[in-house]
Amino acid sequence: MEKIFSHPTSLKKAVFHYCPGCGHSIIHRITCEVIDELGIQDRAIGVPPPGCSVFAYYYFDVDMVESAHGRGAAVATGIKRANPDSIVFTYQGDGDLAAIGTTETLHAANRGENITAIFINNAVYGMTGGQMAPTTMLNMKTTTSPFGRDARLEGHPIKMSEILAQVQGTCYVERVAVNSPANIRKAKKALKKAFQSQIDGKGYSLVEILSPCPTNWKMNPVQSWQWVDDVMSKEFPLGLIKDTTDKKDAD
Amino acid sequence: MAKVLMTGNAAIGEAAIRAGCQSYFGYPITPQNELTEYMAAHLSRRPGCSFVQAESEIAAINMVYGASVAGVRAMTSSSSPGISLKQEGISYLAACQLPAVIVNMSRGGPGLGSISASQSDYFQSTRGGGHGDYRTIVLGPASVQELADLTHHAFELTDKYFIPVIILGDGMLGQMMEPLEFKHEAPDVPPVRQDALRGAKGRPSKFVRTFTSHPPDLEEVNWSLFRRYQLLQKQEVMWENYMTEDARLIVTAFGIAARIAKGAIKQARAMGLKIGMFRPITLWPFPSEQLKELAKTTKYFLDFEMNMGQMIEDVRLSLEGQGDISFHGRPGGVIPTPSEVLRIITRIYHQKGLN
Repeated sequence: MEKIFSHPTSLKKAVFHYCPGCGHSIIHRITCEVIDELGIQDRAIGVPPPGCSVFAYYYFDVDMVESAHGRGAAVATGIKRANPDSIVFTYQGDGDLAAIGTTETLHAANRGENITAIFINNAVYGMTGGQMAPTTMLNMKTTTSPFGRDARLEGHPIKMSEILAQVQGTCYVERVAVNSPANIRKAKKALKKAFQSQIDGKGYSLVEILSPCPTNWKMNPVQSWQWVDDVMSKEFPLGLIKDTTDKKDAD
Repeated sequence: MAKVLMTGNAAIGEAAIRAGCQSYFGYPITPQNELTEYMAAHLSRRPGCSFVQAESEIAAINMVYGASVAGVRAMTSSSSPGISLKQEGISYLAACQLPAVIVNMSRGGPGLGSISASQSDYFQSTRGGGHGDYRTIVLGPASVQELADLTHHAFELTDKYFIPVIILGDGMLGQMMEPLEFKHEAPDVPPVRQDALRGAKGRPSKFVRTFTSHPPDLEEVNWSLFRRYQLLQKQEVMWENYMTEDARLIVTAFGIAARIAKGAIKQARAMGLKIGMFRPITLWPFPSEQLKELAKTTKYFLDFEMNMGQMIEDVRLSLEGQGDISFHGRPGGVIPTPSEVLRIITRIYHQKGLN
């Protein structure tokens, strides 16, 4: 009988510490499935950030190095430049990639660093207890926007994927979500495409993943999945934002 | 090998390449730009080597962190304000016990300060500099030749002890030209460390991290670092005694200030004054025992620095209350002349009744 489903080889057999309904565990799993399917477990170097996923190395069975908050793209640049055979991916939250690490991210993308960013957007700072993130929805209440995010005072949710798609060094940018089986399948397909673009040496690739955070959103998991559809994906539309991977190199 | 004439900044670059440095990440700031430019010209196209002009000093030090994780010899350089920005990364390098060489061709401070040579970063360099309980090895060269020699030594030390090394120069050393001799040839195949993260091929996966949710684990890391620091204090201190045998007054000075003081001491000796100099070459670990030894034969010390008195704290700690210590300092990037130092030496010599 053909085996069609099993535990991914590059996912350690550990119990996730994440909250019930959190998107991280799903994203970890599908990333590991992609690493297995592309046969890159022995070349992959992951760069997890401070935040809820700081312990990603307890789950990913690949080499990993923790980066300082926001510096993932710079650390990944150093790893990739020093050893171009490695397949380097950063795993970054919205505070990490869209606030403190904006500079490192934008310039790594602009240089066309041949790395892959997995960008987890859950609209809050999760591990620190639900503070306002640059991606927090307008009117959304957080511990540091207790009256709701007010555009006049706190600005609008920042769309990093659309910004990063503007620079020439990026070859592939897509926004997906992990709030339904169908969306999870699309997310996995996007991750596979991103890693493949790196294997093919196409430049900077990024997959933004809308990820539920029921604890800090003060919802149950089912409500949080629904909220991604009803609210979050209205501000952050799902789908392909940029793909130049089929284009031949300019020179 | 024949002597060549180079600026201090370029000499560091050439010495680093000859030490097998494969990765350099920099950001423009005066007075160290010649080093970044040298690496752009001479390292960036070498096979297997990488050069990135980073978007910031913060990015540059984190690229060093990444390259060091990948096992290659990596370096960055900057000057005082830029070194402040790198401190976060240096703390992470120290925590992860990753080798790295960081060059500070320091300038006047605080703030944007001046672009002239200064020694005002002694505290920052020798006390860790960033957050947390750690030290870095700090080397204080005083000539272009020593810049080259200590650059090579820095890569050896950092790979041996897994502690970041800071080369604390200054704008004058970086920009002046002197003849020097390179004592090493660049390796055909630069070294790659065995502990590197280059993919879990033929071995289990590994991780490098600093964060722990279990304080006793971090305490163990702190102890492990501390034991290595003790070892460094025993094994790796470097210093120079200059005319100290019969000296009645000993000048303590490091780096370019020691170079200026040496000129003054030569003139003082010609006048018959018995002056010597103690020059720490490792600023951390500080050669405390070696300085204390001098207090057995000399009572009077003059600490001379191009700041308002930073190394003098280590001089006092080393002498443990012995000795009569005077101070002369010029902060802000003002460069004192040997004749100014001679004036101070002569005054103290006579005030203390040493003639």
